[in-house]
Amino acid sequence: MAKVKLNVNGTDREVEVADDQPLLWVLRDELKLTGTKFGCGLGQCGACTVHLNGAPVRSCSVPAVAAVGQKITTIEGLAKNGVLTAVQKAWIDHDVPQCGYCQAGQIMSASALLAQKKNPTDADIDNAMQNLCRCGTYVRIRAAIKSAAQALNGSAS
Amino acid sequence: MNSMVDKEYYPDVVREQFAKSEGVPSLGALASAPVSRRGFMQASVAVGGGLMLAFGMLGSDSAEAQQAGGGRPAGPPGPAFAPGAYVKIAPDGKITLYSKNPEIGQGIKTGFGVILAEELDAKWSDVTVEQSPINAAVYGAQFAGGSLSIPMNFTTLRQAGAGARAMLVAAAAQQWGVPASEITTSDSTVIHAASNRRAGYGSLATAAAALPPPNPAELKLKDRKDWKLMGKRFTGVDNHALVTGQPLFGVDVQLPNMKVAVFEKCPAVGGKVASANLDEIRKLPGVVDAFVVEGTNNVIEVMPGVAIVADNTWAAFSAKKKLKVTWDESSASKDSWNAFSAKAKESAKGPGAQELRKVGDVDAGLKGAKKTVEAFYTFGFISHANLEPQNTTAWYQKDPAGDRLEIWGSVQIPDGARSTAAKVVGVANDRAVMHQMRVGGGFGRRLMQEFVSEAAAISKQAGGIPVKLMWTREDDMGHDWYRPGGFHQLKAGLDEKGKLVAWSGQAISFSDQTPGGSKRAVNGGGWPSPGEFPAEYTPNYRLSQTLENFHIPCGPWRAPGSNTAAFIVQSFMHELSTAAGRDHAEFLIETFSNKQPAPAPAAGPGPGGPGGGGGLNPERAIATIKAAVERSGYGKPLPKGRYHGLAFHFSHQGHFAEVAEVSVDKNKRVKVHKMTVVGDIGPIVNLSGAENQVQGCIVDAISTMTQEIHIENGRPQEKNFDTYKLARMSQAPVVDAHFLNTNYPPTGVGEPAFPPAVPAICNAIYAATKVRIRTLPITREGFSIA
Repeated sequence: MAKVKLNVNGTDREVEVADDQPLLWVLRDELKLTGTKFGCGLGQCGACTVHLNGAPVRSCSVPAVAAVGQKITTIEGLAKNGVLTAVQKAWIDHDVPQCGYCQAGQIMSASALLAQKKNPTDADIDNAMQNLCRCGTYVRIRAAIKSAAQALNGSAS
Repeated sequence: MNSMVDKEYYPDVVREQFAKSEGVPSLGALASAPVSRRGFMQASVAVGGGLMLAFGMLGSDSAEAQQAGGGRPAGPPGPAFAPGAYVKIAPDGKITLYSKNPEIGQGIKTGFGVILAEELDAKWSDVTVEQSPINAAVYGAQFAGGSLSIPMNFTTLRQAGAGARAMLVAAAAQQWGVPASEITTSDSTVIHAASNRRAGYGSLATAAAALPPPNPAELKLKDRKDWKLMGKRFTGVDNHALVTGQPLFGVDVQLPNMKVAVFEKCPAVGGKVASANLDEIRKLPGVVDAFVVEGTNNVIEVMPGVAIVADNTWAAFSAKKKLKVTWDESSASKDSWNAFSAKAKESAKGPGAQELRKVGDVDAGLKGAKKTVEAFYTFGFISHANLEPQNTTAWYQKDPAGDRLEIWGSVQIPDGARSTAAKVVGVANDRAVMHQMRVGGGFGRRLMQEFVSEAAAISKQAGGIPVKLMWTREDDMGHDWYRPGGFHQLKAGLDEKGKLVAWSGQAISFSDQTPGGSKRAVNGGGWPSPGEFPAEYTPNYRLSQTLENFHIPCGPWRAPGSNTAAFIVQSFMHELSTAAGRDHAEFLIETFSNKQPAPAPAAGPGPGGPGGGGGLNPERAIATIKAAVERSGYGKPLPKGRYHGLAFHFSHQGHFAEVAEVSVDKNKRVKVHKMTVVGDIGPIVNLSGAENQVQGCIVDAISTMTQEIHIENGRPQEKNFDTYKLARMSQAPVVDAHFLNTNYPPTGVGEPAFPPAVPAICNAIYAATKVRIRTLPITREGFSIA
């Protein structure tokens, strides 16, 4: 066990973690940030996707100690002062979720994609969006990403 | 008319639920949607003023008050919350509607809100929808399954909304001294046009609460042409909470002093704990306790295993990896797919052990046929793979007044889970409470709720501490209630005009020999019902069944029975139209036009469960087929390399015709480019939700085409998404979802859109390759999905 300082959603949090404890379980159990979900524990499903310095990672497969000194962003940290991001808004406008369990991870992956590529092609979306959705909302996720891209590009110009 | 309680389709536990809730109407009653003679309304002043309108079964006034919602720690008792309410209107105009059934991703929380708001004439932006308390005495059956939430509650909810509206109108009439008949409503506002007076619902709510509630039978519901909300698109009421990561699901529950538990059961069902390294486990970091749970040796309750209780999830998961259990497997399953497969091929040569249906003279029909076609179809086991692994938070509490059990669950039959768990831990039924949490995927898995009893048993044995039982993904996939595999032998005859004249089938499936199991055919293994199409559309028809003993749980999986029957029947129908050299759409339509007169017994409510529409209706079937053909351009030229396939299936009172457009490369990689889906499920409540379900059904169907749980020596082999694949983004086709929006009673759409998709794709694969897919997964025949 070690006491470490993690920067989560812009705030330093001191937590005691086991050496091999994945970031996912520190977020969920210690910091009570339960928006990040457990799905498989193998990095297969992507329900646990968070950002480390803006890059999407599977938090079930990253030890918390490896995230020390990096900026960790979770689904709870996307909206600032209650203002939703373009991606979150697009998810609501397109009524993407069914059960909704995977959607935090989907949104984190989509947000990272749009930070990298302003106008992702269908192939970009296929490549970046490797998160599983058991309900099969992929058609809407694709549409929402395109809408969010438009909204972001519109506001930038 | 059949009672739903009698339907073989439902597992026993669901039937018990129906039996318990007296108010569940018969199918006939549902079809005509009458007002329950036991219906009543009860108004009261809500906490903080305003109107709280209760509407439900007699007896609700004696029901114990519960706190609304779930997931919050059990704090000190709050102000009394009137149970049974569907509608609450606060003086400030805020309208809260209560959704009685579990939200499992089918969108019922939004749908129920829309139905209530429509008749209430509420402005949608004034409305908040909350999960109602779980209380069978008040709400009757509360469950998510069988695509039944809409057909079973449509009228009740409309009456609840209309009743609240009538009381607000009456209050305004009294205040203004005008006849109620001169008053109209719109957008949460009561209007008397003649005197140009208007009042918001909030300003009338407290006065309305003091008035006598109306008789539901005398309420006039809106004409369909006057609907303002129903049929439009609404985004889900929980979507804001979902996209901001708020705690909604069972796994998100946090209680003070809560511990996390894991539970290891024998990988082969029926095995018992001989010994385990408990002393070693108890010494591991973060582990609070480890013990053997004897269980009840009933797969729907608690099977034997080892529980580890720890400070947090990672400590529990880590300890579980170090757990070593020696299992006594003398009573454990030793089932293997390969052995069943070999037996089934032998059975297929005979007539079948048990005749389920016989009409006309099949042998003579086949003998006299111009052409006969024979085929053997197979499908493997699959898992539900809900993305939220099974979990439950339970707190067994010692109490001098009688021990208590409090549960927070992501479940599909909350009251059933509650009462079973209470029984298992010896708590009186009225001392157990269930808080329904949002469910991270149902698909039928959470109709079977052993994990709730497990959590309760572990909480009790751990000394009465609150415990969150977390299944790992491996637990979840290794201890599912699988969609059973199965086999079908078919033979059919066509006359000189290529018309279907005889059909003979043998379903080879499994008998449930699990500990505590029914000893009957497993759920979803055989035919959905003996009346399954084309039983009533063929002059000579025979269906038989052969069952092999099986010891691993099988359970309802999205459109049970239908999800495989459609594959077999609709693929074989295409084999027949191909053999006859006929257009497939025309062949299907001709068959549906050939409904046989009596003595063929009624097919009852149809395969895959009852609903509100009165069974398979050939006119509705033909209408969907024609519309799907027209929208997809089926039969017209396609771009080079693209091929169409068509299939129809009726289940859950939904009539669905679907056309797949595919291409297949030289490596047998199948690309599904587009699916055209036409459904008749009556009027649509939330169009966005309905379209979403259709899109999801298509992706799910594509997933199942390459999925398989291999059973070897009683052990399911696939345990996680590395070997058990779900479809990903790149495999999702364009989906054109269209609803005929008829005036038949509405039904749900979570299931009936699924079954035609697989045969439509398989028929398209045949068009592309001339290879007939008779085996699922298609990987067994060398195909894959691109």
